Amino acid sequence: MKDILSELEDRRAQARLGGGQRRIDAQHARGKLTARERIELLLDEGSFEEFDMFKAHRCVDFGMQEDRPSGDGVVTGWGTVNGRMVYVFSQDFTVFGGSLSETHAEKICKIMDMAVQNGAPVIGINDSGGARIQEGVASLAGYAEVFQRNIMASGVVPQISLIMGPCAGGAVYSPAMTDFIFMVKDSSYMFVTGPDVVKTVTNEVVTAEQLGGASTHTKKSPVAEGAYENDVEALAETRRLIDFLPLSNREKAPVRPFFDDVARIEESLDTLIPANPNQPYDMKELIVKVADEGDFFEIQKDFAGNIITGFIRIEGQTVGVVANQPMVLAGCLDIDSSRKAARFVRFCDAFEIPILTFVDVPGFLPGTGQEYGGVIKHGAKLLFAYGEATVPKVTVITRKAYGGAYDVMASKHLRGDFNYAWPTAEIAVMGAKGAVEILYRSELGDPDKIAVRTRDYEDRFANPFVAAEKGFIDEVIQPRSTRKRVARAFASLRSKKLSNPWKKHDNIPL
Amino acid sequence: MFKKILIANRGEIACRVIKSAQKMGIRTVAVYSDADAHALHVKMADEAVHIGPPPANQSYIVIDKIMDAIRQTGAEAVHPGYGFLSENMKFAEALEKEGVAFIGPPSPAIESMGDKITSKKIAQEAGVSTVPGYMGLIEDADEAVKISEEIGFPVMIKASAGGGGKGMRIAWNAEEAREGFQSSKNEAANSFGDDRIFIEKFVTQPRHIEIQVLADKHGNCVYLHERECSIQRRNQKVIEEAPSPFLDEATRKAMGEQACALAKAVGYTSAGTVEFIVDGDKNFYFLEMNTRLQVEHPVTELITGVDLVEQMIRVADGEKLPFTQKDLKINGWAIENRLYAEDPYRNFLPSIGRLTRYRPPVEGPTDRGGIVRNDTGVYEGGEISMYYDPMIAKLCTWAPTRAEAIEEMRLALDTFEVEGIGHNLPFVGAVMDHPRFVSGDITTAFIAEEYPEGFQGAVLDEELLRRIAAATAAMNRVAEIRRTRISGRLGNHERHVGEDWVVSLQGQDYAVKIAADRDGATVSFAGGGKHRVTSDWTPGDPLARLEVDRDPLVLKVGKIPSGFRIRCRGADLKVHVRTPRQAELAQLMPEKLPPDTSKFLLCPMPGLIVKIAVEEGQEVQEGQALATVEAMKMENILRAEKRGVVSKINAAAGDSLRVDDVIMEFE
Repeated sequence: MKDILSELEDRRAQARLGGGQRRIDAQHARGKLTARERIELLLDEGSFEEFDMFKAHRCVDFGMQEDRPSGDGVVTGWGTVNGRMVYVFSQDFTVFGGSLSETHAEKICKIMDMAVQNGAPVIGINDSGGARIQEGVASLAGYAEVFQRNIMASGVVPQISLIMGPCAGGAVYSPAMTDFIFMVKDSSYMFVTGPDVVKTVTNEVVTAEQLGGASTHTKKSPVAEGAYENDVEALAETRRLIDFLPLSNREKAPVRPFFDDVARIEESLDTLIPANPNQPYDMKELIVKVADEGDFFEIQKDFAGNIITGFIRIEGQTVGVVANQPMVLAGCLDIDSSRKAARFVRFCDAFEIPILTFVDVPGFLPGTGQEYGGVIKHGAKLLFAYGEATVPKVTVITRKAYGGAYDVMASKHLRGDFNYAWPTAEIAVMGAKGAVEILYRSELGDPDKIAVRTRDYEDRFANPFVAAEKGFIDEVIQPRSTRKRVARAFASLRSKKLSNPWKKHDNIPL
Repeated sequence: MFKKILIANRGEIACRVIKSAQKMGIRTVAVYSDADAHALHVKMADEAVHIGPPPANQSYIVIDKIMDAIRQTGAEAVHPGYGFLSENMKFAEALEKEGVAFIGPPSPAIESMGDKITSKKIAQEAGVSTVPGYMGLIEDADEAVKISEEIGFPVMIKASAGGGGKGMRIAWNAEEAREGFQSSKNEAANSFGDDRIFIEKFVTQPRHIEIQVLADKHGNCVYLHERECSIQRRNQKVIEEAPSPFLDEATRKAMGEQACALAKAVGYTSAGTVEFIVDGDKNFYFLEMNTRLQVEHPVTELITGVDLVEQMIRVADGEKLPFTQKDLKINGWAIENRLYAEDPYRNFLPSIGRLTRYRPPVEGPTDRGGIVRNDTGVYEGGEISMYYDPMIAKLCTWAPTRAEAIEEMRLALDTFEVEGIGHNLPFVGAVMDHPRFVSGDITTAFIAEEYPEGFQGAVLDEELLRRIAAATAAMNRVAEIRRTRISGRLGNHERHVGEDWVVSLQGQDYAVKIAADRDGATVSFAGGGKHRVTSDWTPGDPLARLEVDRDPLVLKVGKIPSGFRIRCRGADLKVHVRTPRQAELAQLMPEKLPPDTSKFLLCPMPGLIVKIAVEEGQEVQEGQALATVEAMKMENILRAEKRGVVSKINAAAGDSLRVDDVIMEFE
């Protein structure tokens, strides 16, 4: 009996060694942790329960039957993050370069199925050379099985992808369909076709880092939601993000004890809006001053900076924030910012996370670049996302809310629950100068007359009261009491019930 | 007494004057430019008059505009503060003509002390010790040597037209005097086209020590002892204290009496300051007299208990001084730190913008028997504008002894929260711990000698690091336990927060074990030793007030992945608190060195590129304009810090950049 028990331990020890000490050392030398070390850092200490530790591949071609390591290049299982259940898979680069085989895929699919069934997030740690070439189409089939499960799990449980090494070719499409992708600077890359193929086909010379490194996918492309300095930091921040997310669409956003005054008055917000209407200010200051404890988890910080997205807590509960950023492109909406915010709003709606919107938007960015790029349909995404969202929606207009962009930014007309405005708000079809030039075209030659017309227009529209008279603004609030007012609004919406008509699914302008 | 006074100034000094006036039951009138419409002094005053656009030469120093404001409000007297019109004789005369009292000295005194040569002459005649020197024309090297010998070595040979160190030589003997004379003369001729040379005593180990005087219109004049202002950066005072750690009673008395003699000689009334330079042997020499209230007057107030502004107002109203010289004792020690909106990590570059957070320490008596005073003209949410002096506040502490006053200052600085702009809090915090400052062995060259390469943040000693490690370990435990209280936990399978942690800071790792109880935590270090930590800190609180072994420790706290950003005592630390296993794995992470920024031109502020003045491949000289960035409607020209060749340009005119974005790279 003793020997059998110790044999289990021996087998486990063997499995835990993955591709062997030499490859583990090589992994460390690249500044990367191993698959199991990553799981250790992701989960609560001692909470990991592994599945399929001894699973091995079934390939008999190219001499593969001689080398059947336990686990087949991916570690899977479940554990807890601050006591809440999550499922995890972590590809092991030390075993066949983390390549995906049929059995490797089966392991991933198993935990994904369980995650959907039991209502817990899936965290995928990607570090793989790609398809297991020796397995041919069986490997491709494995990818597709994973893809299908990503699709089915989308909107049911949160899916987070960590890219901690190579992720190329077909492999990119699994992370692509998850909710969040985080990369590690200098040691991860993602692309559909690598630098060699790029060179052959287009003669373009580019490094892997330039083509698909963390910087590329957080700044130039919106593929990744964030990038971190190293594995340790990425895993610590993933734990922080999980604390903001509900476990599934069957649950409300989590609540945790908070150490902040719900009615905290921030007098400094009274001077946030500069005297000059064309001068920018940092909208993040408002977000941080409204949030519990000033804690803000920003999503896509480095992309489309003209709109800010991310999570805060109010009274301990997660709230998704969308805010125009006057510091970048005057906070206007454009293709990139519309897509970024639309995806974020839909995530929040899918997972019952209330949405707080801060508005200072001069309109949509004009120009051929935008029109040729299809800003009409991209802008419509954000409009659509806000309009279909049934979660509690609280909106605060701080300054400009001009034109169609006013409608888009969680306006009353898109079923906004609470639509507040600061006294500094200007809700109008356009700015005074532009409006007067259209309304009084015949007087354009007379600057004195135009000045009077402009002043008249400003007096009439450069305020929140015209909109408030019509009930489009529920209440004009003091900037200093924004946190208190927003918190009370969300508190009153805790039992909100709103549903959309039955449909198979909508047809958002993709 | 006056019913209403106008303060012809702004910022902290206007607020300071308003406070005394309010205490005396006098109504106050503020004046303000467009940039100051929402400034603190405007809010504090009973009335406020707008006097024009932001630049001072279109508002605060336009005499007609101030006179209009006086007529408009019926103010009976004007306090000019410091700077602006405070030493402007024309202004004093204009007030006189209008029959409005000037809360300051009579205009002839301003005039005679306003000129360097006249003031030195008057001082000499009044028996005030002046720097020995020869002001006349020196014919040749022989004469230079003769004069030098008369003065006594070392001597300073200076070009009359000199400036910026050009045409200046120090000679320690006859030979050096001969050479120095010739080279100064040549350099002066080349640089200034004026080869006139004069020679004066070179003061070694110079300290800047000044005497506060106060005189009434009835012939009474007293001195309120000295202030030492030796800690200066490029002739800008940064830290002042009273009394001086250097003076003895005899020297103090001699300086005080000479200062009063000078005041009497010029018919001085009101508060004034006689500045001296003092050498290592306690020889003191007259520098100049400032005919106004000094910036650093609060330290004198703290050790004498006299409200100088109140006395200035009373003197202006014709009252007699309520005390005589023998009433004026030195009580305890006071230190002032000037808080400037200057980024110490960027060579003290002025920093402007919005004060997103501004929480000065609580003023008044402290638990330890000291006093904290903060003279300020700003508030949270206010703006530091580019138009005026970058001083944010003057933080003063008082205690019975110098060492205690310094300790009070350390805590006050650690408690002072300023965010949104760059400021010199870390720098003055570091100086408060500098052994040379603590010993009192300072000269006007202190900053240049001790921080020759600029300031990169303080390096903390082992003892303080361990205290911070213990504190952050205890704080981290609070934060981690809170994280485990999230909703949606798997019942009976909750996370247990362990006792063993590794704290990493300033390149050191400390393995600790925490034993927490109701009142706090005892943190034991693996290598021996323990600290008892108590605090009411909760997660998210940006200021942690702790007690470590019953001694106060105040930390500014920010969040970083698996740890805290801690600012304390002039240091800005990344502190990681990890489990032993996390720490072991973190050790495997490659150290990423920050890019060598000397090879880059970084955007110093968020702004718009207006112009790129160079091309790729171009060689640039030190000081050459590289690019122009527009921020806050101001064009800022960025210049090359050293010679180099532009290898790559990453931005073009019209680009909107964030702070630290790379504009161009050098080879």
